[in-house]
Amino acid sequence: MSGLQLLWFILIGVLFSGYFFLEGFDYGVGMSVQTLAHDEHEKDQIIETIGPIWDGNEVWLLTAGGAIFASFPYWYASMFSGYYLILFIILVGLIIRGVSFEFRSKMPGNKKKVWNWTLAIGSFIVPFFFGILFISMIQGMPLDAAGNMKAGFTDYINLYSVVGGVALTLLCYLHGLNYLTLKTLGPVRDRARNYAELFYWVLYVGLVVFAVLMYFQTDFFTLHPITTLSLLVVIVALSVIANVAVAKRKEMLAFLASGLTMIALVSLLFSGLFPRVMVSSLTHKNDLLIVNASSSPYTLHIMTILAFTILPFVLAYTAWTYYVFRKRIKHPKFDVEGEVVNAG
Amino acid sequence: MDIVTLARFQFAMTTIFHFFFVPFTIGTGFAVAVMETMYVRSKNELYKKMAKFWGNIFLLSFAVGVVTGIIQEFQFGMNWSDYSRFVGDIFGAPLAIEALLAFFMESTFLGLWIFTWDRMKPKVHVIFIWLTAFASILSAFWILAANSFMQHPVGYTLKNGRAEMNDFGALLSNHQVWYEFSHVIAGAITMGGIIIAGLSAFQLLKKSQKAKDFFKKSLRLGLVISLVGSVAVMTAGDLQMKDLVTQQPMKFAATEGNYKDTGDPAAWTLIAWANEKDHTQAFGVDIPYMLSILAYNKPSGSIKGMNTVNKELTVKYGNKNYYPSVNTLFYSFRVMAAFGALMFLVSALGLFFTRKKKPSLYEHKWMLWIIGLTTFTPFMANTAGWLITELGRFPWTVYGLFTMKQSVSPNVSVTSLFISNTVYFLLFAGLASVMVYLVIRELHKGPDYEEKKLEAEAKINSDPFDKEAFS
Repeated sequence: MSGLQLLWFILIGVLFSGYFFLEGFDYGVGMSVQTLAHDEHEKDQIIETIGPIWDGNEVWLLTAGGAIFASFPYWYASMFSGYYLILFIILVGLIIRGVSFEFRSKMPGNKKKVWNWTLAIGSFIVPFFFGILFISMIQGMPLDAAGNMKAGFTDYINLYSVVGGVALTLLCYLHGLNYLTLKTLGPVRDRARNYAELFYWVLYVGLVVFAVLMYFQTDFFTLHPITTLSLLVVIVALSVIANVAVAKRKEMLAFLASGLTMIALVSLLFSGLFPRVMVSSLTHKNDLLIVNASSSPYTLHIMTILAFTILPFVLAYTAWTYYVFRKRIKHPKFDVEGEVVNAG
Repeated sequence: MDIVTLARFQFAMTTIFHFFFVPFTIGTGFAVAVMETMYVRSKNELYKKMAKFWGNIFLLSFAVGVVTGIIQEFQFGMNWSDYSRFVGDIFGAPLAIEALLAFFMESTFLGLWIFTWDRMKPKVHVIFIWLTAFASILSAFWILAANSFMQHPVGYTLKNGRAEMNDFGALLSNHQVWYEFSHVIAGAITMGGIIIAGLSAFQLLKKSQKAKDFFKKSLRLGLVISLVGSVAVMTAGDLQMKDLVTQQPMKFAATEGNYKDTGDPAAWTLIAWANEKDHTQAFGVDIPYMLSILAYNKPSGSIKGMNTVNKELTVKYGNKNYYPSVNTLFYSFRVMAAFGALMFLVSALGLFFTRKKKPSLYEHKWMLWIIGLTTFTPFMANTAGWLITELGRFPWTVYGLFTMKQSVSPNVSVTSLFISNTVYFLLFAGLASVMVYLVIRELHKGPDYEEKKLEAEAKINSDPFDKEAFS
């Protein structure tokens, strides 16, 4: 394995971390539209917290997808074709969710409801099926010698992958609730806090089941016992920190802790996979490895230069945007037709 | 149905639908940036109103364009996994750069643009829309760089059973990408102008229209943009076609419907029908000299027919079917070229008849109707253009290197493809309907809607210091 191959394996992990840290709370906020808000004005308020930024957050996923294609084409090909229907469902979720913001803001009052639902359902579908995808992937999938995956229903949908899907959805939901307590004023903020305190207890149960199943269903504990165990501990610890912080109204800390939980989770998956990118359940000879799934050294070299030149700018203007929109969002006022002011 | 056909159908459907919105977004985004710049320069509130009003329509297109674009990035891996393995080394890089360099910039600054009208100085605010427009143009460059590799592969070596990149610079200086890029961007700018002019014309046809001045001004601005754009698009298109004569002779011969070699000078076929099965032309109406002029800029020189090219390709690449869908290519080219020329004519004449000295156009309903109906032509011209480019590459995915049959995902079932095709189709139909409904609604609201709304609000809410709540 070359240094560049390792670097790009880590970078893919970084991009997915960025995606779940940022877009993770967008999904939670999206789900909150139908689970937390009591009326249309609260929904406006909730959506406004992510209005200017969600699209940029989603680009992390597109970048991760493009980066896998560029740096590990064999991984991209095996995973995307093998997870055809799962990714198809994710795409449908992303589509109905992505248009909701714009469509909702321009619809007359009585037709907004549909787009509240598409936003909430899309925001649920995406993390749930990404959870299924990643957790079934670490259990091993039937990859043949050519890297083609011909999997059956239970390869995708089994106890562990469903637990993974639920856990990831719950993490996004909690991350979104923490974001809402940080970004809103009024009843939404209080309710988000109460919900978060409640759902952390559900998460603890989920995390224990998740860790136990990881022991039985993957080779992570035999292959990388120390990192696996310590990252699991970190995930639980961060959840406790977030839980305590949200109860003590340290909202920024709670938000950062739930964000770091996402990063720890991605780190757990990637470190467990190492030095593979996909595990074959047929024979370990068919495992897709970092060393044989990657692009040529030349491509990796070019991509490294470009990534490290562009990424600092991206991070800088993203940070600046969050600074511009740092204010908490109030409960919006009524207007003539019950439409939000300035919702684009 | 086999998987290759279904996967090709999916690529065609998703790309055509996506590409309704890409040039729409680039073009209207550019026009909105121009309007806001005019506002900043002149401090005339009318231009601000224009930027906001057309900005709303731009945003609708943007939303649908973004979500349909995600399918594009995923479907190479999903439907074309062996293709992805073969070209990932080269093809993946521009895609990743597109996201990193363009998508982040585009979406971040668009978010800033939408939400900071009231709190940024106009001079700062206008930068956001320019950065958004610039980023969307950048993204076009990178995806076209990827497409150009498929049309005209450069900067690679064949190694380990795949195409490996060995010259990134060659990928960017590929002449194909510069033809495609100028053609696409000029086409997008034309489209933006035509859409604004056309929708304005429809609004001016309404008797009850109160914002007549607003739409007259929009119409003229739209036509200025489309005039400049259509001149550029015809120039770029002409250069691109001339390049095809040597680079992809089969595609060129098919768009001209010539099975046999032409005489010298070559005649241009105005209309024709091909018997695709026995490779003959059923009938054709020819204009002498014209094809030589189009291809070589002089009234002499012959063009190889498809039968000759087929023999050459068979010698070079072995026994395959190299004949593309001739009638589709032939008529796509005529649709594209005719609508391109029409947009130029409508823009030029439209500007002439709305000139300040004697603006007679507004009095003639039929003239407004023509401009209005032109709104739909760029959609068809763009689709036709891509049909030529992509269908004309048959049977290759990467010209001369890799065929469609080699490219498809071997492990994806007919059922999966059938499900995804059906759902995408229904989803697109739904998105298109909502999009059209909302565009009409925005037009109906008119440019003064927001102002009235704020006034009404001010009456209800008399506390002027509470404005912060909205920002």
